[in-house]
Amino acid sequence: MGAGHAHPLYVHGHSRVHRMAPEAKVAAAVTFVAAVAITPRQALWAFGVDAACLAGAIIASGIGPRFVLRRLAVVLPFVAFALFIPFVASGDRVDVFGLSLSREGLWGAWNVLVKATLGASASILLAGTTEIPRLLTGASRLRVPATLTAIASFMVRYLEVIAGELGRMRTAMAARGYAPRWLWQARPIATGAGALFVRSYERGERVHAAMLARGYTGAMPDLGERRASIGEWAVAAALPTIAWLAAVTALTGVLT
Amino acid sequence: MTATVDVRGLRFTYPDGHEALLGLDLRVEAGQRVALLGPNGAGKTTLALHLNGINMPDQGVVRIGELTVAEQVLPEIRRRVGLVFQDAHDQLFMPSVAEDVAFGPANLGLRDAELDARVDEALAAVGASELRPRTPHHLSGGERRRVALATVLAMRPDVLVLDEPTSGLDPAGRRELVDVLSTLPMTQLVITHDLPFALELCARSVIIDGGRVVADAATAHLLTDDQLLGRHRLELPYGFDPRIVGPSPAR
Ligand SMILES: Nc1ncnc2c1ncn2[C@@H]1O[C@H](COP(=O)(O)OP(=O)(O)OP(=O)(O)O)[C@@H](O)[C@H]1O
Ligand SMILES: [Mg+2]
Repeated sequence: MGAGHAHPLYVHGHSRVHRMAPEAKVAAAVTFVAAVAITPRQALWAFGVDAACLAGAIIASGIGPRFVLRRLAVVLPFVAFALFIPFVASGDRVDVFGLSLSREGLWGAWNVLVKATLGASASILLAGTTEIPRLLTGASRLRVPATLTAIASFMVRYLEVIAGELGRMRTAMAARGYAPRWLWQARPIATGAGALFVRSYERGERVHAAMLARGYTGAMPDLGERRASIGEWAVAAALPTIAWLAAVTALTGVLT
Repeated sequence: MTATVDVRGLRFTYPDGHEALLGLDLRVEAGQRVALLGPNGAGKTTLALHLNGINMPDQGVVRIGELTVAEQVLPEIRRRVGLVFQDAHDQLFMPSVAEDVAFGPANLGLRDAELDARVDEALAAVGASELRPRTPHHLSGGERRRVALATVLAMRPDVLVLDEPTSGLDPAGRRELVDVLSTLPMTQLVITHDLPFALELCARSVIIDGGRVVADAATAHLLTDDQLLGRHRLELPYGFDPRIVGPSPAR
């Protein structure tokens, strides 16, 4: 790992989505997720619209639906939680395959599921097409305060470093005949977690020292990279605009 | 531009209580090239990190030109002193080689065409122009070393500090590094375990051990003192005799 850029979620590519200026992508992702969050849960059609638009963007990006599906594993804990709700929630019951489930609970589960999935997919698309320094440039161009981007870059730095060190430890173990298929089967890794964090911390410090040595002062230099053009803003805005229209239509429909 | 390096009475203790430097004195004249030799754990890297203010002295002073290393002058110190790290993995962190080389000069305020020219110049100096669009973490060890050197040359430092620059280089890469370094005009401090490399490149060598300078003389002279070498765990490669080889034309 060249410490810093090849974050595990990034997929190398040259699609239109990859090339789009980072500030447009960051803004689009954030506003899209906000629209999904406020969409009322009964508005199935609105989520359908959101999902279709997002799927279109994912296809255009060329990062591949399989990549997105695999990374969606991060929302699995929410799924497990959501599956519980219909059993434990109160209110009137409906029968599904002979099981008596709470109607309110079913809607609650759906709400968590659909919003977590759409939100996570949008984030995966953003991270999959934008390297870390560009994400930070995008955020700072959107006038996100320098302290916040500095903290974010700090967190990202250590996350990546930890992922990289973990990869190296697994390689070292595999080279000596140990082949865990899943992370949680790796007892030696679990017992080595302390060492892992120390190693990661120290590597992170060295990378930071190397950045300081070249005059880094806490803000990524904006490398005079192309800024988002009007056309690009328009393209980027399409996705959240549709999502917001759907959300607002659904909201007013529900209210009246 | 070049600058003198003047270190006086430098003491440094790591936060965990380990005393790494115990009163180190070293003066290097402007434009001079000096090899820093010494066993593992001697304090060489710790010294290097003091030269551009990554580590701050507990006692003593570090002077670059007329400027004393201190918190208020760090930006200028870091422009003057270029540090190439022992592990090139630690040095490269941008998505492409070009952006990584641009990182330093961009921090100095360069932009657009001027910045581009700097990047080209630095990559050309280390013979790595064709690596421009590549991703640093996919490079081979030797390519990565050359790019790491370019990231620092792009800042046009007055003093160049290299921490074990030959580790991981193949013989041709090592040869090319000698060629590059011997043509660079700035003051150079070269930390190395590669004694023939020191002999080839530097007329003067300093041995550091236990956090102090324990010997400072002509490289050819130090390398022929078997007892001195033995006391400080330094060994010449099998079959290498500095008396026969003599100093190289590279200097
Ligand atoms: N971050 C640290 N915290 C505590 N002790 C450290 C740290 N870094 C180095 N040391 C200790 O300080 C001493 C000097 O280390 P330094 O890295 O300067 O040695 P070196 O001469 O560069 O060795 P090498 O040839 O192995 O690179 C060593 O004993 C080392 O264990
Ligand atoms: Mg060292």
